[in-house]
Amino acid sequence: MAANTYQAGVKEYRDKYWTPDYVPLDTDLLACFKVTGQPDVPREEVAAAVAAESSTGTWSTVWSELLTDLEFYKGRAYRIEDVPGDSESFYAFIAYPLDLFEEGSITNVLTSLVGNVFGFKALKHLRLEDIRFPIAYIKTCMGPPGGIQVERDRLNKYGRPLLGATIKPKLGLSAKNYGRAVYECLRGGLDLTKDDENVNSQPFMRWRDRFEFVGEAIQKAQQETGERKGHYLNVTAPDPEQMYERAEFAKEVGSPIIMHDFLTGGFTANTGLAKWCRKNGMLLHIHRAMHAVIDRHPKHGIHYRVLAKCLRLSGGDQLHTGTVVGKLEGDRNSTLGFVDQLRESFIPEDRSRGNFFDQDWGSIPGVFAVASGGIHVWHMPALVAIFGDDSCLQFGGGTQGHPWGNAAGAAANRVALEACVKARNQGREIEKEARDILTDASKTSPELAIALETWKEIKFEFETVDKLDVG
Amino acid sequence: MSMYEAGDYQTQHTLETFGFLPKLTPEEIQEQIAYILANGWSPAIEHEDPRRATDHYWTMWKLPFFGETNLQSVLDELEACRRSYPDHHIRLLGYDSYAQTQGHSFVVFEGR
Repeated sequence: MAANTYQAGVKEYRDKYWTPDYVPLDTDLLACFKVTGQPDVPREEVAAAVAAESSTGTWSTVWSELLTDLEFYKGRAYRIEDVPGDSESFYAFIAYPLDLFEEGSITNVLTSLVGNVFGFKALKHLRLEDIRFPIAYIKTCMGPPGGIQVERDRLNKYGRPLLGATIKPKLGLSAKNYGRAVYECLRGGLDLTKDDENVNSQPFMRWRDRFEFVGEAIQKAQQETGERKGHYLNVTAPDPEQMYERAEFAKEVGSPIIMHDFLTGGFTANTGLAKWCRKNGMLLHIHRAMHAVIDRHPKHGIHYRVLAKCLRLSGGDQLHTGTVVGKLEGDRNSTLGFVDQLRESFIPEDRSRGNFFDQDWGSIPGVFAVASGGIHVWHMPALVAIFGDDSCLQFGGGTQGHPWGNAAGAAANRVALEACVKARNQGREIEKEARDILTDASKTSPELAIALETWKEIKFEFETVDKLDVG
Repeated sequence: MSMYEAGDYQTQHTLETFGFLPKLTPEEIQEQIAYILANGWSPAIEHEDPRRATDHYWTMWKLPFFGETNLQSVLDELEACRRSYPDHHIRLLGYDSYAQTQGHSFVVFEGR
């Protein structure tokens, strides 16, 4: 082997990190970045800089590089593509060797890929669009504690989406009044209710009190309806010790499922909690507070499909995906693209859905897609058509805003859901025939008739800010 | 609507999927069987005493009908099960061997 000699100084990144002839290995972790460089810097140099700064490189040559074989460890920019309809930015594809990452650590993967490089001065903007996790890395992650199949079996829900609601008002209820709201929703026909994400353990309702009353609400609703029920008790806490303490108590009060916020809580906490859930036979619902800070800007940050893939590896049985039709941002094809990433075992590259790579998930269980936020009974046919059975549809205001109260609101949504599933199974086009299906169903359900009347005027029609790149 | 006009919602004892719909007509039952068969799922029949309806396991009626494509045969088995257990709940499920779960499950006849 020819010995390298040490020459101090600053080199061009592309000499070492731009390798257009490289054929990625099956074990490489691949990433696609949308790169917007400063004017007049060549694309190859910018792409190479991203590869370098997110792997082995630093701004200056250092003598200790020669103590190792950086050819083995370096990330490589191996392809550049135009972004359709955007002359300012381009896609850079980068391959990272498997040994750059600690086994089973999403924290470590993200620290490398979206670390310092995002503040790099040669870049105006940088967005991580997609990651192809090699199957070799996936096998080092546990993934969902239960997954779709286990959750269906434990909760005895088959052939339809799960039906839920976030308890409102978000903040300020006492524990006993809160448990009342849960009980009313569950006795009315919901499968699951949810703590709002910012309900943790505030002065107006400490977590232990909430868990006790909600536990009683679940048990009573189960006895009276004969169906299996649950409530996502939010165990997101100031520190891991308190998080586990809350999780233990949720199990004690008989809830089949708990909840965590994976971005504000962090991937290390989330992965630990997922492992606790697997060990303790509990399901894990994942909320995504803070995601829009990271994923909404079309040129900077991390696309949600990456965060969703990371969550599937870190662990969770249900993950929020947006609704496409409700009050929150979400393009339909793009949403379906990352919904596939949550639920399927193999997803082929498909740019029309925003998937930049083939992705093989191996034996990692699937995650329920959760559609929640500003949806009501008129959206039901579209939601069933868009999300299919392996989803959890959550109507917060759309349940508890019913003029007769939570139980009637829950029943209205349950009737609408089952009418849509029945019609879909009959081969009807439920989005087109939405009005007929819901109106027919309301003839035997006064609760649904009133819900249809209450929400008939509400629409959320704004343009999506972050769209797929098309010419 | 004033709060005095609100209805009184009475809790219902229900049997999971389709528990909130009116009783399916014979034609609607056939349509749901056709859906199971069209998906390539294996139809299976289970029955149970209503007092034990909340158990995970109900009693199987024979074995799942693997590879069945004939709608009438499924209907005949449902009828035969009902004749043998007139007081029991009887449900039809579709085993999805790919997803290793049930693609569909609903109660066809309610016992009392």
